[in-house]
Amino acid sequence: MKRLLALLFALLIAGPVFAAPDGGALYGRHCAACHGQDGHGGVGVPLALPDFLTNVSDTYLSRTIRHGRPGRVMPAFENLSDVQLRAIISHIRTWMPEGSMTPVHDTTPVIGDAKRGKALFAEHCAECHGANGEGGSGTGVTFSRPRDLPVIAPALHNAAFLHAATDQMIRTTLLQGRDGTPMESFLKQGLSEQDINDVVAYVRSFEEDPLPSGQHEGEEPYLSVESFSSFDETVANLKQAALGRNFRIIREQNLENGLFAEEEENARQRIVYFCNFKLINEAMKLDPRAGIFMPCRITVVEMADGTVKLMSINPKFMSQFFNNNALDEPCTELYGLYVGIMEEASL
Amino acid sequence: MNRYTAPLLLLLGLFSAGVANAQPLLMVRAQQSFPETMLALQGVISDHGYRVSRVQRVDVGLTASGYATDKYRIVFYGKPEQVRSLTAKYSQLIPYLPQKITIFAEEEETLVTTVDPAFFRKLVADPEAHVIFKQWRSDVESMLDELSEAE
Repeated sequence: MKRLLALLFALLIAGPVFAAPDGGALYGRHCAACHGQDGHGGVGVPLALPDFLTNVSDTYLSRTIRHGRPGRVMPAFENLSDVQLRAIISHIRTWMPEGSMTPVHDTTPVIGDAKRGKALFAEHCAECHGANGEGGSGTGVTFSRPRDLPVIAPALHNAAFLHAATDQMIRTTLLQGRDGTPMESFLKQGLSEQDINDVVAYVRSFEEDPLPSGQHEGEEPYLSVESFSSFDETVANLKQAALGRNFRIIREQNLENGLFAEEEENARQRIVYFCNFKLINEAMKLDPRAGIFMPCRITVVEMADGTVKLMSINPKFMSQFFNNNALDEPCTELYGLYVGIMEEASL
Repeated sequence: MNRYTAPLLLLLGLFSAGVANAQPLLMVRAQQSFPETMLALQGVISDHGYRVSRVQRVDVGLTASGYATDKYRIVFYGKPEQVRSLTAKYSQLIPYLPQKITIFAEEEETLVTTVDPAFFRKLVADPEAHVIFKQWRSDVESMLDELSEAE
């Protein structure tokens, strides 16, 4: 046993040496889906921007990967080892402009007047970053949808951003702007260095007043309502109730349809699919992954004891999967519609 | 429990911590265009022993309703006998089955995303079902890897 423990311990210590992680492969696995294989962005912000890479320290990148951006799509990669994290960052650094240096993590505070900064923020930043610094709507952008901007403005009023970014980093961003995005140099916009310091002080003051998470916690994963009608009546009622809420019935089928021959399908698990394309379009503008809980669907099931139930996913529960606060409101709306339809159909 | 059990469990825990990935959604970027990836997706689903039951053409509905979008589809799939037995035994799985994968174009590339099947463990406590969900998880990961690596 002692030998086994010693061997395991040795492997644990030596593992990273023997298997030096491939930063490109790790990036491909964990980051490329959102940020693009070459860092050009998509659902996630573009990373291969010279102004970005020459301004952010490795600590900023490391904290961003480790803690994500709560409520803003970017997940927290808590399970990556420090070695893996460094390998990913090294890969991202290959996009640095030739001859440029990795910035140091300068924690020197910027002294400014936050009250004055608030007024300047409202005038110069709020249009893109939101009135409270909550960021542009949706975060997730994709080339699959029409888009006006190459990037949605990041949330500044976000605990993880404020933990990762130093005052100096924010200040440099304001001084220089960021080529390839709508973020223009504040100096070029006519602001003074003192104005910029005041804005930095205001952004830093967000730490004292965190925004509510908006996440739906404690929700059940599915919705279930017992029907007082027969199976067939419940299916008919369900379609009527969906139509009454401006949905279009797009399909009705057995749950096993396509899995078994038609005559072998269980006909007592009946799915009604329905759509409101306006709602779908709005949800996908907020997050292109929203198709995960589409199309809308309620299943009528006759249980072994003869009871009839209406069952569906719980959109409020599923909204947690997306780490996107922008989806919370539409998911709450969809939840209300599902419950209303199911209750009406059960009568 | 002997004196070696605790350190052994700790070491095994440290080993496995690096492997686990706790993201609720799995997503990959395929370098191939949408039509090729769509074809490949249906192929890998079938290669892993699942059956594609239906494809929902979300983009067609959106376009017909006047909304601009690139290709966007939802592929439903499952292992017939597993879907039948699991929905019979655990009705709470009904809203989530058959499984589905969302696929959409992003310029010349394609994004493929799905709910991590490990999530189903939250719905069913039975360890026997967990074995199936673990297999689904492994299969989905393998399918997505194949799509992202295809050139």
